[in-house]
Amino acid sequence: MSDATNTMDRILEDLTDRFRAGSATRQRDDLAFVTVPQNDAVAAVTHLKEFWEFRHLVYFTAVDIIERGLFRLCYMLHSYTHNLDVCLQTEIMRDGATMQSIHHLWAAAAVYQRELKEMFGIDFPGCPRVDESFALEGWTEMPPMRRDFDTRAYSEATYYPREGREKHDRKEIMKKALYPEVDL
Amino acid sequence: MELSLFAQIGFALLSAFIMFVYGLLLMSSMARIRARVQGRIGIPLWQPFIDIIKNNAKRTSISHGVMFYLGPVFRLAGGLGTLMFIPMIFGSRYWGNFSFSGDALLVMYFIFFGQLGMALGAGDGGHPYSAIGISRGLAQMTAFEVPFALSVIALAAQHGTLSITELVAAQQNGVLSWNVFANPAATIAAIIAFLGMSMHNPFSVVIAPQEIPIGPPTEYQASFLGMLQTNRAIFNAAKLVLYVNLFFGGATTFVGLVIKTFLLYFINVFVGVAFPRFRTDQSIRFFLGIPALLGLIGIAIAAIVGGAS
Amino acid sequence: MSTSEPRPVAETDREGVIEAMNRIELPELDRKYFCDERPKVVEPYKGIVEKFLNWARSQSLWILGFGTGCGAIELRPLMTARYDMYRYGIQPRPTPRQSSVFIIGGYASVKTMKRIVRSYEQMQNPKFVMGLGSCTVNGGMYWDSYNTINRLDHYIPVDVYVAGCMPRPESLLAGFMKLKQLIRDGKAEGANEYARNFDWYKENQKRIIKDWNMPDYNW
Repeated sequence: MSDATNTMDRILEDLTDRFRAGSATRQRDDLAFVTVPQNDAVAAVTHLKEFWEFRHLVYFTAVDIIERGLFRLCYMLHSYTHNLDVCLQTEIMRDGATMQSIHHLWAAAAVYQRELKEMFGIDFPGCPRVDESFALEGWTEMPPMRRDFDTRAYSEATYYPREGREKHDRKEIMKKALYPEVDL
Repeated sequence: MELSLFAQIGFALLSAFIMFVYGLLLMSSMARIRARVQGRIGIPLWQPFIDIIKNNAKRTSISHGVMFYLGPVFRLAGGLGTLMFIPMIFGSRYWGNFSFSGDALLVMYFIFFGQLGMALGAGDGGHPYSAIGISRGLAQMTAFEVPFALSVIALAAQHGTLSITELVAAQQNGVLSWNVFANPAATIAAIIAFLGMSMHNPFSVVIAPQEIPIGPPTEYQASFLGMLQTNRAIFNAAKLVLYVNLFFGGATTFVGLVIKTFLLYFINVFVGVAFPRFRTDQSIRFFLGIPALLGLIGIAIAAIVGGAS
Repeated sequence: MSTSEPRPVAETDREGVIEAMNRIELPELDRKYFCDERPKVVEPYKGIVEKFLNWARSQSLWILGFGTGCGAIELRPLMTARYDMYRYGIQPRPTPRQSSVFIIGGYASVKTMKRIVRSYEQMQNPKFVMGLGSCTVNGGMYWDSYNTINRLDHYIPVDVYVAGCMPRPESLLAGFMKLKQLIRDGKAEGANEYARNFDWYKENQKRIIKDWNMPDYNW
């Protein structure tokens, strides 16, 4: 087994021991996705940064899992010394979403958190400038990256659509092509 | 037979008009030559005329006050004033313009006065960063005036006169009596100052369109801009004729004038396309270095060789 | 002090916040620099004078050097040696005061629209607008986006559309030829149309630009 796999095994084992991590998805030798509970997430990120030398925050984003009423936050970390990527994921409630801020670890995380606040509505109390607008000026609707925000309906209501435009849904086209005899 | 004053003024204005047309054609032909070097076709030769017509035909214009309105007027006054005291064709009754005994200094004053008036006008422009453009322009102008003034003083000391017409008269004894051979250090200093005066690269930080305040012309539009463009042509032509008269023996025919000014403009173009832009402090430091030294050497040569005083 | 920062929104208070945003007053400190004039219609001259002036305007088109969207990348090949736009009299100018053509290249988000309106109103009559790309025509590939407009001509008057995503420089030059033909025929009177329908344009603009901290007309 290569060095990378060895180190990755040790890292994941360490996370499981200390932070109640769930089972990890090993996508490649040097890339793993591991889920930890919400209360342990910031501590796990700090441990990875300080002890395992994952000093680069590649990105910090969220996935809207509306079916289960959750947001999945993804902290993608990279280590230059081990040349590994670990994505630490944690799931938080969708209603009244708040999470502890990590701006004390990386100052740039404040910008990611501002974006999440504007686009998803996840609050990070204590983060500097988190209430300012990130990219949208004068936005008063629901946070637009949430899956229950109907962007097409909003666009048709606010901006004047021009007639003569049709949407070709790939699903419908492939359904008709592959199963023409089925009437759906 | 001396012309009456009215006829003299009439011919002087006519020579200003000729210089205006010639200046515009010179600018567009140089732009076309530069474009050919870059592999393009370039603007048509008559494009600057159409630009001036279009600018004057704008239906609305914005003025920010009295000083804003007077800025281009001052600039045009500077340009015309420069032209009035330089003999276009030496020895000609019609195209000799005006001359009196101190007009080299008066012409230098008019060159400076235009820029100063523009600065006052642009300061009233309502643009928050006009002050940056103005301070750059005036700082650079003060810097290049040093070698230019030194070389004019050198010429005056060498020939004992401050009248441009008499300076031209002193150069009429064949090619070797031109000031470029009689006092080469002063000529070189003045030509380096000429690069600064025409605001081509490397001294174009003041009016280059890529700079954030494009200098004083930022807020000027419509007929104001038309006036500024008119002045640009007249001023360019006036400076070229001044240099031909001071250093290259003047011109006794129109053809000679056209040839000499065209070749002199090439110096600007050659240096301009080869250099990037200097910052303002770099260009000030440059002008107060070697060119000023060359001007002083020119004065030394004048003291040794000339001394007609 | 700027009043343009939106407050964080809780979903239940949406109506209250919208009402509060519409009540934003301009700060007194900035008020004295704002001019409350409306644009005026300036009728063109008649007959051969206007024909000559229109010919001069069509031969000397100065475009504003403001690349509003992804269309700006097609302007660079236009300026260089292969498609040379200078031979048609087209020159870029850095300030809206001196330019007469505004090229809206590509999609216009709400944020950019505010700046487009501000720059367009600072240009002098007569002025022309060219919409580059499909996003100005019907929204293009961002037609169902919550942040980009679909029809540019509801916000500023447009003279020529050049369809494509992005149109090549040859299409752009064809668009410029069409614009020149329109100017020579006297049909490109966008500035006067803006002044005539000023209220309609302003209402459309204010409907999407919610943090309006500038005068109604940025002369």
